[in-house]
Amino acid sequence: MIEAEGLAKRFGTVTAVSGVSLRALDGRITGLLGPNGAGKSTTLRILYTVLPPDSGDARIDGISAVVEPLAARRRMGVLPHGAGLYPNLTARENVIYFGALHGLARTERRTRAAQLIRQLDMEEFADRPARGFSQGQRIKTALARALIHRPRNILLDEPTNGLDVMAVRSLRALLQRLREEGHCILFSSHVMQEIAALCDEVVVIAHGRVAAQGTPAQLRSRAGTESLEEAFVQLVGAAGGALDAEEARR
Amino acid sequence: MMAIWRVFLKEVRENLRDRRTLISALIFGPLFGPVLVASALSLSFRGAGAQGERPLYLTVSHAERAPDLLAYLRQYDVRIKTVEEDRAAARREVAAHRAEEVLLVPDDFGPRLQAGRPSPLLLFADESETRAAASVERIAAIINQYGATLARLRLVARGLDPMLTVPIVLHPIDISTPAARSALALGALSYLVLLTMLMGGMYLAIAATAGERERGSLEPLLTVPVRREHLIYGKILAACAYMTLSLVLTVTAFAVALRFVGLERFGMSADFGPRVAAAIVLACLPLVPFGAALMTLVAAFTRSYREAQTYVGLVLLVPTLPLVFAAVLGLQPRAALMAVPSLGQQFLILSLIRMQPLPAAYVALSVVSTLALGALLVFAAGRLYRREALLG
Repeated sequence: MIEAEGLAKRFGTVTAVSGVSLRALDGRITGLLGPNGAGKSTTLRILYTVLPPDSGDARIDGISAVVEPLAARRRMGVLPHGAGLYPNLTARENVIYFGALHGLARTERRTRAAQLIRQLDMEEFADRPARGFSQGQRIKTALARALIHRPRNILLDEPTNGLDVMAVRSLRALLQRLREEGHCILFSSHVMQEIAALCDEVVVIAHGRVAAQGTPAQLRSRAGTESLEEAFVQLVGAAGGALDAEEARR
Repeated sequence: MMAIWRVFLKEVRENLRDRRTLISALIFGPLFGPVLVASALSLSFRGAGAQGERPLYLTVSHAERAPDLLAYLRQYDVRIKTVEEDRAAARREVAAHRAEEVLLVPDDFGPRLQAGRPSPLLLFADESETRAAASVERIAAIINQYGATLARLRLVARGLDPMLTVPIVLHPIDISTPAARSALALGALSYLVLLTMLMGGMYLAIAATAGERERGSLEPLLTVPVRREHLIYGKILAACAYMTLSLVLTVTAFAVALRFVGLERFGMSADFGPRVAAAIVLACLPLVPFGAALMTLVAAFTRSYREAQTYVGLVLLVPTLPLVFAAVLGLQPRAALMAVPSLGQQFLILSLIRMQPLPAAYVALSVVSTLALGALLVFAAGRLYRREALLG
């Protein structure tokens, strides 16, 4: 389970997020939806402990990511934006390296990597250097790398960016399988169809704040529209309006 | 601790597959450097050594005006070619490189000599050419000697002691040992050893920091349950491994290459055997963590691979600065200077080549100071990786 409470982060004079609170439950896929620059990546980075928040707290299975980042990291598998690999290592070596850094024993990390390579349908390129991989192959490798230590919680930052239709479908299938296994999945996207197709729960972020949280159906009814997209536009617009009003008051 | 080791192993393995790292660490420095120095040494020795035995050729215009001088020159094995040219023709001859030098005997040479007045001889040569300049010096020496003999004969003829004209005799005494003379020629060696050692770790230091950030593999790395400073310690350690390898290869290559040059023939010490080579490696080792941490730190500050290459390239100039200062100011080993990283190692290498051991306290000072400063840089690199702005 992933919980955030009042997360705030400024970079210089720019406020990236202010007062973000959300909750992602086990056995559910939670989508972080918002326009570009809304604060999705910053929120995720605070959650997966590479950025400390200025205020607020994030808890992974009840462990504070701020106070005990190392313990929190053991419970998370992370697919950051871009999914950079080591070009001179093979896909398998990239995955095994992260297993080693997570403290898995030699045989364990090998077995686990072989298992993931099978599950993610990576056999064809598993033992080729990552240098010439397609975006789909890169994402799969990065995903296997994130799952090597069997994390309960999985965080993905725009995982479908640059993927073709087939790759998106197989990623979707994988996330659904992980959900059935009881994992807590939190992923960000600005693509409405992704969110609509996958998510049990949606957190709409706009202007560094949570504009709404609920199931897709709840969001639609709150906005009083039939399409999620229409609901999204209304919610984001309302958040912007609220922000403008707040700024006008100051 | 385990994590440092794992990062180390991965960086070593990954860079074994990187052509740029391999070429700079294992081929360029260790092979190219020694071959360059050895062939340069060999060529310069050949030039200097051969000059003394080279036969002198001299074109003499109007030799019939000075038959005794000609005979004297022939005694000294000067190969003479006689011509009949005036000044302009002699000048053209030399300018066109048809003759290296032309000695012109003016028509009043004989009469003036007989009258006891100074008799001019004209020697045309292009002294901007090294070979010609050396020949001119040798010909001038022979002719001056001929003149001195004539002067003494004149004094004897007038009943005076010819020794009156020799009030002072200067004897220069060269006390430099053969080993010290070779140290001058091999001074560049210490610089090349330190430079190739640093180069050995340069690409790894860049690829593991700036390169990793640029590729986007740094962010996932920061999500593993390992303290950030341990990640960079592993990377520094890997750079150390490549630098050590490069250092050992370079010194070995120097030892082999200098054997082929044959320093003994020129009265220089050629004791660059396994013992001296091993001692040089040991003397340089304390600089390995210092250099690795410095390059990693600089590379970690930059935003991209290219930017890192520029700045780390500048860092490679650092070991040259002490060498330049030492050469220009004629620095001798002092306690304060031994404590300076790279300068201390420079002195140690030179003392090993010269076989003039430095005091043990100096050696200890160099080792301790370089290691301590290196530890400080490693610590600073760890602090840098803990910065929030690392991801940029």
